Amino acid sequence: MSGYRLPTGGHINRNIAIPFSFDGKAYTGFAGDTLASALLANGVKLVGRSFKYHRPRGIFTAGSEEPSALVELGQGACREPNTRATMVELFNGLEASSQNRFPSLKYDALAINNLFSPLLAAGFYYKTFMWPAKFWERVYEPLIRRAAGLGRNAGLPDPDFYEKTTEFCDVLVVGAGTDGLAVARAAAAQNGRVIVCDEYPAPSPPDLPANVTFLPRTTVFAIYDGGTYAALTHLPNASPRQRLVRVVAGRGIIATGALERPLVFANNDLPGVMLAGAVADYIIRYAVSPGRNILLALNNDDSAVLIPLLAAANIGIAGIVDTRRKSSDLVYRLAREADASVFAGATILAAQGRLGVKSAVIKQHNGTMLRLPCDTIATSGGFNPNIALTAQFDAKPVWNETICAFTAGMLPPCARIIGKAAGQGINAGIEPHWHSGFSPGKSFVDLQNDVTVKDIKLASQEGFCAVEQVKRYTTLGMAADQGKTANVNALAILAEARGISIPEAGTTRFRPPYTPVSIGALAGAHKGKHFKPVRLAPTHEFSQAQGAVAVESGLWLRAQYYPRAGEGWLAAATREVNTVRNAVGICDVTTLGKIDIQGPDAAKFLECVYTNSWASLPIGRVRYGLMLREDGFVMDDGTTARLGPEHFVMTTTTANAAKVMQHLEFCAQVLWKHLEVSLISVTDQWAQIAVAGPKSRATLAKIVDDPFDVSNDSCPYMACAGLTICGGTPARLFRLSFSGELAYEIAVPARYGNALAEKLMQAGAEFGIAPYGTEALGIMRIEKGHPAGPELNGQTTAHDLGLHKLLSTKKDFIGRTMAARPALTNPARPTLVGLRPEDGTTTLRAGSHLLPIGVPATAAHDQGHVTSAARSPTLGPIALALLADGPARLGEKIRVYDPVRQGDCIARVVSPVHYDPAGTRLHA
Amino acid sequence: MRIACPYCGPRGLEEFLYTQDASVTRPGAGATGQDWVDYVYIRENTKAPRKEFWYHSAGCHAWLILTRDVVTHEIMAVDLP
Repeated sequence: MSGYRLPTGGHINRNIAIPFSFDGKAYTGFAGDTLASALLANGVKLVGRSFKYHRPRGIFTAGSEEPSALVELGQGACREPNTRATMVELFNGLEASSQNRFPSLKYDALAINNLFSPLLAAGFYYKTFMWPAKFWERVYEPLIRRAAGLGRNAGLPDPDFYEKTTEFCDVLVVGAGTDGLAVARAAAAQNGRVIVCDEYPAPSPPDLPANVTFLPRTTVFAIYDGGTYAALTHLPNASPRQRLVRVVAGRGIIATGALERPLVFANNDLPGVMLAGAVADYIIRYAVSPGRNILLALNNDDSAVLIPLLAAANIGIAGIVDTRRKSSDLVYRLAREADASVFAGATILAAQGRLGVKSAVIKQHNGTMLRLPCDTIATSGGFNPNIALTAQFDAKPVWNETICAFTAGMLPPCARIIGKAAGQGINAGIEPHWHSGFSPGKSFVDLQNDVTVKDIKLASQEGFCAVEQVKRYTTLGMAADQGKTANVNALAILAEARGISIPEAGTTRFRPPYTPVSIGALAGAHKGKHFKPVRLAPTHEFSQAQGAVAVESGLWLRAQYYPRAGEGWLAAATREVNTVRNAVGICDVTTLGKIDIQGPDAAKFLECVYTNSWASLPIGRVRYGLMLREDGFVMDDGTTARLGPEHFVMTTTTANAAKVMQHLEFCAQVLWKHLEVSLISVTDQWAQIAVAGPKSRATLAKIVDDPFDVSNDSCPYMACAGLTICGGTPARLFRLSFSGELAYEIAVPARYGNALAEKLMQAGAEFGIAPYGTEALGIMRIEKGHPAGPELNGQTTAHDLGLHKLLSTKKDFIGRTMAARPALTNPARPTLVGLRPEDGTTTLRAGSHLLPIGVPATAAHDQGHVTSAARSPTLGPIALALLADGPARLGEKIRVYDPVRQGDCIARVVSPVHYDPAGTRLHA
Repeated sequence: MRIACPYCGPRGLEEFLYTQDASVTRPGAGATGQDWVDYVYIRENTKAPRKEFWYHSAGCHAWLILTRDVVTHEIMAVDLP
């Protein structure tokens, strides 16, 4: 117990006491505290155990660069591991616990790892756990993972809410320090919109102009192209918990300051060893002294400011170890004023203590050793300009010998770096002191990953010399802190080990994010059912009322089948098919893409995109069309109706609606831009319902307005017309059949979808009308041999689908030349056929392979596969398949082999049109 | 990344879809099979500014030709076809 609250000062509110707990023990802090400052104020020094060696660890910094003080927050699903205690604002009832220890923080069983440390050096698992090789996955890796590591994942869905926003501004200032705020004020004076982000929870500075938005608790963690910045706002103990802010800025000002680097000496990871700047922060911001007797070890003048601070707060100074050959006048003067002794030219060799610093061993300039009792060691090895954001943008940092630090290389477009982040005003009088020798005891470079000076030397000796290799071999600079306090020291030690300069050693690549970002924040509200939108068919309410079971079809929710009491899906679908085959059924087909095509060149345009002829299509008629990709493979199919001389309505498959629209736009805007044609998707504007079955005409006759005539003479197969129904509702009627029965599709403005479905049900009641879903639709299209998704799979040609007669030879169209390539028209290609099991009862499954009878079931004998299969109410099991040389093999027997699901039967090759091949029913 | 759509103004990358190289031209009448193979399959992969087709899919549906440096990601020009 060495830290304590100072009687006065700090940016805390002493009138608001905040109770919290750490490892189950109750403490109290003040409003304005962080968890780290409150723990220090309560005398708690030991907060966690280290990654590999389970060494006791304390609070090392006062900011987001914290490598050591990682804790778990909350319980159950809310448990958040690896949270930096230095960044957690204290709130009422906060529950924190230490990580990576068992059974308790003070007595950690795995601290024994520390004694086995020779086995656990860099790359230890690659060397130690080599044999037997198969032990790695089952034995070694699980053991290592249990022993090493940081916090535990909650393992439950995150119950918190996150949001995402976008902000626009002329100037974004990253960092609200003195320099950042000055630039923000200057930019605001130019009347631009200014946003200032700062990762700390400071209140908005007074007198900020109205056009400056101040975002505290907001870390800009990445820069992207085009002046786009990603920032994360923490909203402590609130909902949403975090907000991902995308800032689009005309200019970016990076005023991120500098991060202190520690001195490296033996046991420099003991609780009580801290950055000098952090000690100053705790005193100034939180009125907390981390100790009662503080030793300051430094190699520069910047950190000397701590001396008068300690003196003013009446905190004991154990001494000032200045590693420079000659200490500066400044240090001498401040030390004299504080009545502290200066050990110039001395080296701090080791910290001593078990669970916290009790003393330090220093080697004085004359070589004599000295043990200095102290409870805290404040170290400063100088400062690193905080250039992470600029370096993310693929600009290599540049070494500046004067300040012994890396500064920003090339800057992202429209960005500027200022102040300490630009290397200004830091590291006065610095004389580098990268480590205190390869002395006994562990000298840590990276506290978070337990990487020591020896590990880096070892990596270099073993040939992992390049900095990126050292990183991967030792895990240096990885994990939550990304080596913010470690990397430059490590580079210097690597350079020394290899006998090269620091810039020659180079830096590892910086990547976003600057600080950890939870996946929840990146996902925002887009999770669960909000992951993607749901498109409801315009008859959704109707089908719900009819008890439909819904199925996802892309973004659409469609009725799959309409079960009646006691019916499963197959019974329901079978009944629905029978209803359509014998009476009349209705099915929402709105989901098919609908593209309205208008203009003087509309017919010419269709000639370009479809393989078959369109100019000859009369007004009031519909035609089936086939569309290829430019490489000659089938892209999509559908029907297009001619409503007027310059007006067509195209339908696409449900799955390809957006893709076809995009393709047509490309054709219209790029390939044939001289054609006068305009396109618009009207998929959502029209509710379209198929009315199918022998009684469909009689049903429709009851709802069409006079004088429209639905008879076969005036409305034959493939006719279309605009009309009104139900006493004036505008509608379009298409005599189309996907089911193979006499059938129509009727379209009304989408808002009438439910009403139309109900009207049709009333009109068809006397004929036994029933709604049918996608299952029945699928059975009937397989019965009729219509290709759909499984056949239009992007690898089939018009020949493969038996549609080669639709390839016009009289005009150019997309894919014409490439479709004529010999390999694409080779009859040996798998081609569409029908299959029926020889025994008439065995179910055929899509995905089964087709093999000649009596040959081994090997890939070499594979002749195709079953694409779609169904159980037809009238025909029994049927299937569509792609079979090599298929049309020439009608009547042959073939083996249908499905080793995954133990399917193996003999089927006969038949025409893909299983049902009513002459088409008499649909022409009725 | 942001793209200045000539119709909509500067918009975020997520509204756009990159589709293909815009440096190739669809062969006209009399083209050989090889011309078609070149058009459909053969692309240069140069470390330099390129012409690219982008589609403003979540916006005005315009097809755009971007001149974009694939090294720096700088967009030099946004043209209509």
